[in-house]
Amino acid sequence: MAEHETHEFDVIVIGAGGAGLRAAIESSAMGAKTALVCKSLLGKAHTVMAEGGIAAALAHVDAQDSWQTHFKDTMKGGQMLSNWRMAQLHAQEAPERVRELERWGAVFDRTPDGRILQRPFGGHTYRRLAHVGDRTGLEMIRTLQDRGVHQGIDVFMECTVTRLLKDGDRVTGAFGYWRENGRFIVFKAKAVVLATGGVGKAFKITSNSWEYTGDGQTLAYEAGAELLDMEFVQFHPTGMVWPPGVMGILVTESVRADGGVLKNSKGERFMWKYLPENKRAEFAKNEDEAKQWLSDQVGGRVPDFNKRPPELSTRDNVARAIYTEVKEGRGSPHGGAFLDISHLPAEYVKKKLPSMYHQFKDLADVDITAGPMEVGPTTHYIMGGVYVEPDTGANNVTGLFAAGEVSAGVNGSNRLGGNSLSDLLVFGRRAGAGAAEHAKRADAPVVHGYQIDGAGKDLLAPFEGKGEDPYPIHRELQETMQSLVGIYRDEKEMLRAMEKLQELKKRAANVRVDGSRMYNPGWHLAWDLRNLLTVSEMITRSALDRKESRGGHSRLDFPKMDPGHARHNTRVLKRGEEMAIDRKPLPEMPEELKKLFEEKK
Amino acid sequence: MAEATFHVFRGDRNGGDLKEYRVPMEEGMVVLDAMHWIQGHLQPDLAVRWNCKAAKCGSCSAEVNGKPTLMCKNRLKYLDTTKPIVVKPIKTFPVIKDLVTDVSWNFQVNKKIPAFKPKEGTDWRYTQAEADRVQEFRKCIECFLCQNVCHVLRDHGQHEKFGGPRFFVRVAGLEMHPLDDEDRSGSLKNQLGLGFCNITKCCTEVCPEDIHITDNAIIPLKERVVDRFYDPMAMLLRKLFGKK
Repeated sequence: MAEHETHEFDVIVIGAGGAGLRAAIESSAMGAKTALVCKSLLGKAHTVMAEGGIAAALAHVDAQDSWQTHFKDTMKGGQMLSNWRMAQLHAQEAPERVRELERWGAVFDRTPDGRILQRPFGGHTYRRLAHVGDRTGLEMIRTLQDRGVHQGIDVFMECTVTRLLKDGDRVTGAFGYWRENGRFIVFKAKAVVLATGGVGKAFKITSNSWEYTGDGQTLAYEAGAELLDMEFVQFHPTGMVWPPGVMGILVTESVRADGGVLKNSKGERFMWKYLPENKRAEFAKNEDEAKQWLSDQVGGRVPDFNKRPPELSTRDNVARAIYTEVKEGRGSPHGGAFLDISHLPAEYVKKKLPSMYHQFKDLADVDITAGPMEVGPTTHYIMGGVYVEPDTGANNVTGLFAAGEVSAGVNGSNRLGGNSLSDLLVFGRRAGAGAAEHAKRADAPVVHGYQIDGAGKDLLAPFEGKGEDPYPIHRELQETMQSLVGIYRDEKEMLRAMEKLQELKKRAANVRVDGSRMYNPGWHLAWDLRNLLTVSEMITRSALDRKESRGGHSRLDFPKMDPGHARHNTRVLKRGEEMAIDRKPLPEMPEELKKLFEEKK
Repeated sequence: MAEATFHVFRGDRNGGDLKEYRVPMEEGMVVLDAMHWIQGHLQPDLAVRWNCKAAKCGSCSAEVNGKPTLMCKNRLKYLDTTKPIVVKPIKTFPVIKDLVTDVSWNFQVNKKIPAFKPKEGTDWRYTQAEADRVQEFRKCIECFLCQNVCHVLRDHGQHEKFGGPRFFVRVAGLEMHPLDDEDRSGSLKNQLGLGFCNITKCCTEVCPEDIHITDNAIIPLKERVVDRFYDPMAMLLRKLFGKK
């Protein structure tokens, strides 16, 4: 058998961002022997870059807020494709999860009466996001990290999992390697929680780090799991567009929530043009009304909810607007739109957006208190992912659980800003509990030598490869997905993408790496590339099947929402060696929840 | 296109050398961009840690022309590109490979710090001014550059007895939390060796988050330790009336 070390746990959690940490904390608190495995050092996961806040109906700032309103906002933001039960649990439990973070030592910004402050955000009716300036993710990950450390969770840092191990139909462990020295490691476990995040590195312009290579989606797929909604990729409207090295890096939505306005090269505040007809009543009608809203908001008064600035439309909509302005020749010098918050006092901007201030000053020589930023859409998030049972995070494969961005369900076709951090906490906890509960009942895990041998052989294959190194293949994949399966899609382009993906797959099968197994990024990328190709195919195939435009999925050849696509999720499943796509009916929302949509707001 | 020359450390625990690479320069380029360009075009196995590329995660610490820095923030336009730019791993921690070092010791130190313990019966209300005070410390991105330049670690190798500036910042964030009820002065004195620090402010100078490590974290903590252990009046009062 391939040489390896073996560790046995009740539960292993793969991924140490918000969802993975929260899952591990819960699992361990329930008495399960728990390991946390992550590709980076602890505390460096993508959650650390989250900026705006955690959406939770605490009702500290707007007393009218309630879980019902948060639930409705989430369902509407996702164009009714969210799993109703997940959207409900999410809205109901987010406040308690935020308070729990506070009890564990997180220090949020405060209201004048000393409670957790909440800021407005796109698609949220009320001011709802608990935050810490524009570095909420750092606060969250550090709080969870320290909580986890004191709970005695075993952490395996810089360790990549490349395969789930199965005994018959159930997942019984995972195979991986230490990035430091390339040695193999086998985990035997009664339950595995995937919390590996997203897929952004399949695209050229992205806010995501190197870790976001679709690992969990691919691990689950290979193990026979169902995936849903993979066509729904979120292009965040505001990423940096200049200089080239930082293209795609996130510019938080808080800039717009705290008063930033979007303008084109002609100086027009263009977002009014792009508000969907049925949403116009929820926004300011003109510059004066928007100004009034902002001055109330900054001045600590209660602003009129139906006079929000148009920049607070949902992300899918703002991203399309900027894209269109640039395409029609009204872009900024580096191909974006102008985002300006310099009309507000410099001290206010620095207090509310400290990391944006430094990011632009240090990396782009722009002082955001003195002039506008240039911004454009950037691949940010995937709404779809591994299917999970809402209450427990369990997948259709026994012993497999998932939480956070890698899973599907709560966000439907478009995620509202702030709903990700709350998702991580609510469903991280639930998946951790689900896995620990499962582990109590499950038989001792059995792993099979032939699976370990196979996984080891596949992982080392690139050292024997005769083809090219992985970097150029990765660059071509990113170009392909960016230009053919990006913010606007049509059938012809996506079919071209499918052809290109097949070609890249062949080239990737022969990929060659040089050097040793010691901390070798070329080798690491060779493996990540397989995952990226798999998720790119899922995204493209799912996008081809959804012949309509909805949320984050916009088709030029089917520009309207189609009621015929309103009642199902697109499902991806491995059948034999084939990637099969079909349509899975949405679960029926109970009457009492349906009624919420009939009542007047 | 204009090129810049980089001399990058290549090697492992057993030693290594600087290797020369020529990289085309692009507007706005940072040192990390150059390392990525080298990986993607010349040296696929060049080891370097990074994540966010926006100075938020603290992964890409290195020594550029001898200066400890985050590579993602280090713009070429502020470096002399007429001469080779030397890029080496941070010195205080053992090299794993190339620019990647073994910083696992830091995670061990973190475990020694007593956790946040909220006051009993608190209503969880406090002011923004109170939050501001600890938020300065909670900005830390754990790049470990302060640990790298601290002479207690870098020159004297007191890793066994000393926690280092990063963890004094962390303790300060806990101790000054308006609702915290734990006393960490014993741990500061004994496990974390706060007394070794002789406030030369090297840590403060390199902090990419501009945390006033020495003035706002270390000195107030030193005062706490002094009050707790060396104040004769307090000692007498404690003797007479019990703890605190």
